[in-house]
Amino acid sequence: MTNTATDYTLAELCIVAASEAFRDEGEVLATGIGVIPRLAASLAMKTFNTDLMMTDSEAYLLSEPNPLGARGDDFVQASETWMGFSRIFDNVWSGRRHAMLGPTQIDRFGQSNTSALGGTYQQPKVMMLGARGFPGNSISHPNSFFVPGHNKRVFVEGECDFVSSIGYNPDRLPRGHSLDDIDIRLVVTDLCVMDFAGADHRMRLVSLHPGISLEQVCENTGFALEIGEEVPVTAAPTAEQLAIIAGLDPHNQRAHQIKGNPAGDRSGNGH
Amino acid sequence: MDKQMTAAEVVDQLRDGMTVGIGGWGPRRKPMALVREILRSDLKDLTLVSYGGADVGMLCAAGKVRKLVFAFVSLDFIPLEPYFRQARQSGALEVTEIDEGMLLLGLRAAAWGVPFIPTEVGLGTDIIRQNPDIKLVDSPYDDKEWVAMPALNLDAALIHVDRADNRGVCQIAGPDHYMDDWYARAANKTYVSCDELVPTEYFHDPAQARLVFWERAATTGVVHIPGGAHPTSCSPLYGFDVPHFKAYAATASEGGFKAYTDEYLGSSEQEYQQKVGGLDTIRAIALPTY
Repeated sequence: MTNTATDYTLAELCIVAASEAFRDEGEVLATGIGVIPRLAASLAMKTFNTDLMMTDSEAYLLSEPNPLGARGDDFVQASETWMGFSRIFDNVWSGRRHAMLGPTQIDRFGQSNTSALGGTYQQPKVMMLGARGFPGNSISHPNSFFVPGHNKRVFVEGECDFVSSIGYNPDRLPRGHSLDDIDIRLVVTDLCVMDFAGADHRMRLVSLHPGISLEQVCENTGFALEIGEEVPVTAAPTAEQLAIIAGLDPHNQRAHQIKGNPAGDRSGNGH
Repeated sequence: MDKQMTAAEVVDQLRDGMTVGIGGWGPRRKPMALVREILRSDLKDLTLVSYGGADVGMLCAAGKVRKLVFAFVSLDFIPLEPYFRQARQSGALEVTEIDEGMLLLGLRAAAWGVPFIPTEVGLGTDIIRQNPDIKLVDSPYDDKEWVAMPALNLDAALIHVDRADNRGVCQIAGPDHYMDDWYARAANKTYVSCDELVPTEYFHDPAQARLVFWERAATTGVVHIPGGAHPTSCSPLYGFDVPHFKAYAATASEGGFKAYTDEYLGSSEQEYQQKVGGLDTIRAIALPTY
């Protein structure tokens, strides 16, 4: 590896790790909801997959990702076509999209919840957003998840309280479909990277972030992960990647995404 | 045909128990002046269909809503709509929770006069389990099961646009018209509030006509209410009012919705606009950066 940085934040490590979700996707719409997923998709588009498409989060498709936040009066975004919300669904249902989202719960099947917690469906204890576009995304195109606080409240023991997105759950598999029709890619958290490439689509540990132990991940996950004999350490950002991220996020919004904005390598600080 | 009317005349045409679609998206280009006129009325037991924001929150808080058809309710920068949450958490609100794209398909089915549109969306999720009225069907062409997204037939649609003429030609000049064309087509009656009332000649310029997304035959009534989307945005004329939304959200934890309406609603739109600083103040609200 060339030019690996030693001074980087956990947010930057997560951005770089999450950008890998878009590496081999070719010419698809990359949608990152939230600062870290959006920067991950933008980094991928600026570096190893320049064929990606991205919106301005409003109504236009861009040839170049927009930097986050206020951009100055002389900024001209690189629009290439109109892409209002109704047209987004034409793209979603074509399958030519990869979204990275941050649901409130994720279960062992990769099902996720954005809607309601606890209580009953008629009277939830905590009402959240609603299902949003998760049902359609999950049945139509690849999806990845970003979780800024890896714990058992997110990675729940049982099923999600409300299933917003389809996962690898044989009991809910629609007739005429196979589990291979479902395509959940990376799950990037503040502790590790995971995927669903285990046996029978089990969730699998891909890499541990620097300074994070296997025990920390297991203790904070409500279900058993598939774990290989040797789990690598998540690759550190390169100096080039950090410079591109800084250019995409000039107001440093990434510093406010993970509690305390810790350093990327936590081997020394007793976390 | 002159379709101009007042907000009060629009609400007079609505009936208890009607299914009402509300255009816009979250905190963006909502027909809030028409919503406020409903708040001032004794209309009740509505079924709302909305990509929801404070329109849904306020009408729920005022006890106007029996049932909500929704995919989300959010103020975007305040992700969770406080009064919608209260309504759900009280157990009093009947809901049909669907995917954003399913809502679009339901409006299209209504617009096209078909009972449903088949889709994969919703399969394998609680959208299907929690909505026994949304049926799965066999396809005559393959061996899969499909979701039959039913038509969302609307008794009325409420929409806010940048400009309209008095015959109901409506222009949305902002970057996105969202699903408003489908709301207009899905509804039996479509009532549109506009920031600017323009002469028909305005649309003779093809560049202006290009920003008209449905034919005037789909517009029932036109209400001229400058600033009528406030506190939501009407890009490019004005952005959404962040401090106002924060004050609104704060009443959910202290004071309740009555504190909000006591402070702002007034007995007319003129009174409301005075309370929020006047039209010039509304028009000066900066557009958001995403």
